Amino acid sequence: MKAQVYITPKAGILDPEGSTVGQALKNLGIGGVSDVRMGKYIEMTLPGVPRKQAEKITTEACDRLLVNPNIETYRFDILEDS
Amino acid sequence: MRFAILVFPGSNCDHDAYQVVRHVLKEEAEFVWHRQDSLDGFDAVIIPGGFSYGDYLRSGAIARFSPIMQAVQAFANQGGLVLGICNGFQVLVEAGMLPGALVHNHNLRFISRMVHLKPENGGSPFTAGLDLDRTYKLPMAHQSGNYLVSPAELAELEKHGQIAFRYATREGKIVPEANPNGSCGNIAGVVNREKNVLGLMPHPERAAEAILGSIDGLALFKSMIGIS
Repeated sequence: MKAQVYITPKAGILDPEGSTVGQALKNLGIGGVSDVRMGKYIEMTLPGVPRKQAEKITTEACDRLLVNPNIETYRFDILEDS
Repeated sequence: MRFAILVFPGSNCDHDAYQVVRHVLKEEAEFVWHRQDSLDGFDAVIIPGGFSYGDYLRSGAIARFSPIMQAVQAFANQGGLVLGICNGFQVLVEAGMLPGALVHNHNLRFISRMVHLKPENGGSPFTAGLDLDRTYKLPMAHQSGNYLVSPAELAELEKHGQIAFRYATREGKIVPEANPNGSCGNIAGVVNREKNVLGLMPHPERAAEAILGSIDGLALFKSMIGIS
């Protein structure tokens, strides 16, 4: 299995990196974008691990290390190995 | 007093801390490698600044799982004094030993310059010996020192006297103009509820000898040791 983890700043947490990029888009004349939030994308390979177990391992990885719950939130997709 | 100075891969202020404790204050000091798991025989712990594990993932996020950190937790639970400076502060918040989080400075830049700190609340051993009516000039040098807590947590910190230092003007005014990095409430340093663990972004160990431009940092170490 492959886990794709998306980590983003929690709602209400200031994201100076995102707002700077948002401003840069505006400066380039790329309109219609109101809010840019910057986060992290992490891919993990879990060879030979069944789906349910992969979900459990990924949740534990997020809760214990990958994500700081004070400032970040996450979601993930579990994909079959291609 | 016998100080343990922790060393992680990427620590770079460990020798500065050693210099102050051992050579300026003539106390005992020993480097403790992060793979060690005991703090037996020590009276205080310094988690120094630097870039432990290259700041990968989040500053301090990986260092907090080093074997020595379990010993630090136990040491603090027994009332031992723990001082985390800069990256050491980041390690302490990641470990959950101090509240809040340290995020990128509001201008996204690494800021290296002198700042003035106003100590608050003499109730902790770190500030007991400080003059609350003056400011202390220390250098800051970090990219992720923007202290973040929710308004409810901030109220709790204030209620329990956990804010140890705030960024201020030279004259001691705590105003937005004196806030270098966007920290909420101009907070530069906080203590835990029991007041034996301090996290501080600016560097007192880099301001402990006149040749370095300030000796204001010395007062904090002296306060810890209980000398004036």
